[in-house]
Amino acid sequence: MRAKNLVATCSAVIFYALIFSDTALATPKIEHWQSASGVRVYFVENHDLPMLDVAVTFAAGSSFDTPEKSGLAGLTYGLLNQGVEGLNEDDISRKLADVGAQMGGTFDMDRASVSLRTLSSAAEREQSLDILARILQRPLFPENVLAREKARHISGLKEAETKPESIADKAFQRAVFGTHTYGLPSAGTIATVESIQQAEVKKFYSQHYSARTAVVAIMGDATRAEAEAIAQRLTAQLPAHVDRADLAPVTLKIVASEQRIAHPATQSHILIGAPGMARNDPDYFPLLVGNYILGGGGFVSRLMNEVREKRGMAYSVYSYFHPLREPGVFQIGLQTKKEQADEALKIVRATLSEFVEQGPTQSELLAAKQNIIGGFPLRLDSNKKIVDHLSVIGFYNLPLTYLDDFVGKIDAVTLPKIRDAFSRRVHPEQMATVIVGAPEAATTDAAVKNTSEAK
Amino acid sequence: MQIGILKYLTMSVLSSLCLFSTLSAQAKTYEKTLRNGLKVIVQEDRRAPVIVQQIWYRAGSMDENTGTTGIAHVLEHMMFKGTKSVPMGQFSKRIAAAGGRENAFTSNDYTAYFQQLHKSKLPLAMQLESDRMRNLQLSKKEFDKELQVVMEERRMRTDDEPRALLYEQLMATVYLSHPYRNPIIGWMGDLEVLEVGDAQHWYNNWYAPNNAVLVVAGDINAEEVFALAQRYYGAIPARKIPSRKVINDPAQLGVKRMVVKAPAKLPNLLMAYHTPTLRDPEKEWKPYALQVLAGILDGNESARLNKTLVREQQLASSVGVSYDAISRGPSLFMLEGTPSEGKTVADLEAGLRTQLELLIRDGVSEEELKRVKAQVTASEVYKRDSLFYQAMQIGQLESTGLSHQAMPLMLQQLQAVTGQQVQEVAREFIKDDQLSVAVLDPQPLPKNSVAKKGAVHAR
Repeated sequence: MRAKNLVATCSAVIFYALIFSDTALATPKIEHWQSASGVRVYFVENHDLPMLDVAVTFAAGSSFDTPEKSGLAGLTYGLLNQGVEGLNEDDISRKLADVGAQMGGTFDMDRASVSLRTLSSAAEREQSLDILARILQRPLFPENVLAREKARHISGLKEAETKPESIADKAFQRAVFGTHTYGLPSAGTIATVESIQQAEVKKFYSQHYSARTAVVAIMGDATRAEAEAIAQRLTAQLPAHVDRADLAPVTLKIVASEQRIAHPATQSHILIGAPGMARNDPDYFPLLVGNYILGGGGFVSRLMNEVREKRGMAYSVYSYFHPLREPGVFQIGLQTKKEQADEALKIVRATLSEFVEQGPTQSELLAAKQNIIGGFPLRLDSNKKIVDHLSVIGFYNLPLTYLDDFVGKIDAVTLPKIRDAFSRRVHPEQMATVIVGAPEAATTDAAVKNTSEAK
Repeated sequence: MQIGILKYLTMSVLSSLCLFSTLSAQAKTYEKTLRNGLKVIVQEDRRAPVIVQQIWYRAGSMDENTGTTGIAHVLEHMMFKGTKSVPMGQFSKRIAAAGGRENAFTSNDYTAYFQQLHKSKLPLAMQLESDRMRNLQLSKKEFDKELQVVMEERRMRTDDEPRALLYEQLMATVYLSHPYRNPIIGWMGDLEVLEVGDAQHWYNNWYAPNNAVLVVAGDINAEEVFALAQRYYGAIPARKIPSRKVINDPAQLGVKRMVVKAPAKLPNLLMAYHTPTLRDPEKEWKPYALQVLAGILDGNESARLNKTLVREQQLASSVGVSYDAISRGPSLFMLEGTPSEGKTVADLEAGLRTQLELLIRDGVSEEELKRVKAQVTASEVYKRDSLFYQAMQIGQLESTGLSHQAMPLMLQQLQAVTGQQVQEVAREFIKDDQLSVAVLDPQPLPKNSVAKKGAVHAR
């Protein structure tokens, strides 16, 4: 046993040296400045491909909704490109398509991010950036488009109400975050979306899309001077900054709960979790590496091994931390046929408890580091991945050396650090559990039993 | 993992157009066939110190027999269960320890396995991949367990997904005898009776170097890849591959209509017209014209269907078009949509038909044509940002009977499509007698299915 560990440690050192020398070279050079508009800019210059990626990110995600108007942030974001000064929605999509530009984005609890991929040749770049500039700075939120999009949105919500995974997500979010706005359904509810008026959308836009809270990420075929001009052009006319209350802190410890919701599906959808870690969390790296071992590492995680490999009980079983401004969710999820849902739940809980109590083994830690460090180049192997990193680094104010430091931070994680972080941050006895499509016979019984226990 | 055609439905039409793309500026490819018949294709791309290895076997669900549907995909799962020298679980562990990512996918036409790694790890990936090409050990115990996993996968992807069920049932209606009528993941009844012997039989039949294409892309020299391929795969003997029957479905004699009832809120409509696939990239033009037709109807948010049916008339909350020109078997030109509230699938079908009729009657504008082609041109550049996708394109073409070297030609052909040709293919293939229509009839959930407030109980 001891000898084995010694060998393992030696090979870790050799491995690390081999990989580190390569990856250190592969880290892109990030340039950073603040534009005259006040926006923070992150830029990587690279002329390998004649294309440019731009992403503009605002602190305008669903956590800025109120319970009465949940869905407002998402609707505002979705309407940005549906009509701007001088161009209606068809002009916008046609003009983008004419130059082969692609518009995309990210919307989550913290962020509303609009991204553009364009050819870097002058005419194409000019046309697509002109449209992006107007989308960000001159959206009109036309009344007729709002009415139509609300109707589409609501029909999507109605459909979601029938899907076990959506039902589970919604109940789980609520159970984990309680009254914090992270617990609001990001797409809103039928009633709240129905009630949203144009004036509210315009107001949300003017309060949440200012340059001071925004981040511009630019990657690809442009010079520094061009990037400076692009960033300014995309943000100079944004709404003036309005002071807002900070996001409320998330209550980390929650009361254990279990919801069993009937559904005719053949499988039970099971979610277990609690508030996890923030993007700037001091425990970020120990929790990241630990979670790789528990349920993040694809086919080689403990959860995968216990539930799928040993017992054939699920196709997919995972755990993850969703790092946000405030601690986002730590979540375990799986789907398994109804008849064995309770057995699977027991196995998952036992696996989690054992992991938190005892931590990983030395060889598991070594394997995790080998994968994360050895796989580091795969995190940076495309313009798309790099521009995404730039947005995250900028939005969460991570150090400019974040990518350079990454491998070292992973390597510095030790067994005691993982055990310590998990024992302080992950409490299997204080988690929310949601089972949609719960075993039928057990549904009522369990609910009754739980109620009486609570008394 | 399995790739169903359903996936193409949800992908934008552009991504299928991308399949046709390649500029002369593109990274160079090199090709060599080993003496045992293994074709090796290398795409050098020095942008990042990484590589992807993909091995493509020309065996997919269309090669299965009645009663054993799903075996191609089950065997894909079993390929991770170990050999004599790499015991159960070790394949994934060793790739993970090398910093790699890996998985596999099964389609109607092929089964493929891949690893993405630092460039220094290609020998390891080749050692492991070549080992399981010949030395897989199948045990009844592991097979029976993995079958349970696959059944869970089927429940998750199909049985509990009303739209996937609709698609599955439509395929079984569209095709009478062609094996595309069977789902890639297999019918549940077949999965229940599959035996380890079926997997062994499948493996013996199809897993041979002369039935495979190896694609390596990334920061590596082609000669080096050829040498490594020779070293790791070169000694595996070629095998006699079973003959494949060309199956031609009997002609359709009139419109087919079907309904699927499943728990859902909104109805859904699928309309599928029989269409050809690309066999001769040089001489044929219809598959290219069908690609452009799909782009004109649905290539961007202001393309005809979304503009008129979603935005203007508000008949639908969503619409989509798909057409895949690249496959071993026949293809379908498919329209998909969800009616807006207060509208029926009949309203939506009428709206879609009107749009098709207008196009057949009046043709397409130069502006629309140019727009679709501009998107194709740009996608050509964008695709080079993904090593994996470029390798995937090569593998797909090679395993569906085309050569990856035809890509530049295919792009030219696509760019040469005229408005008149688009109108002609619409006229030729958009015909009622060639149409199958499937409707999802949503069924209400039992009343207690909705989470109620206060339903939270302390554990």
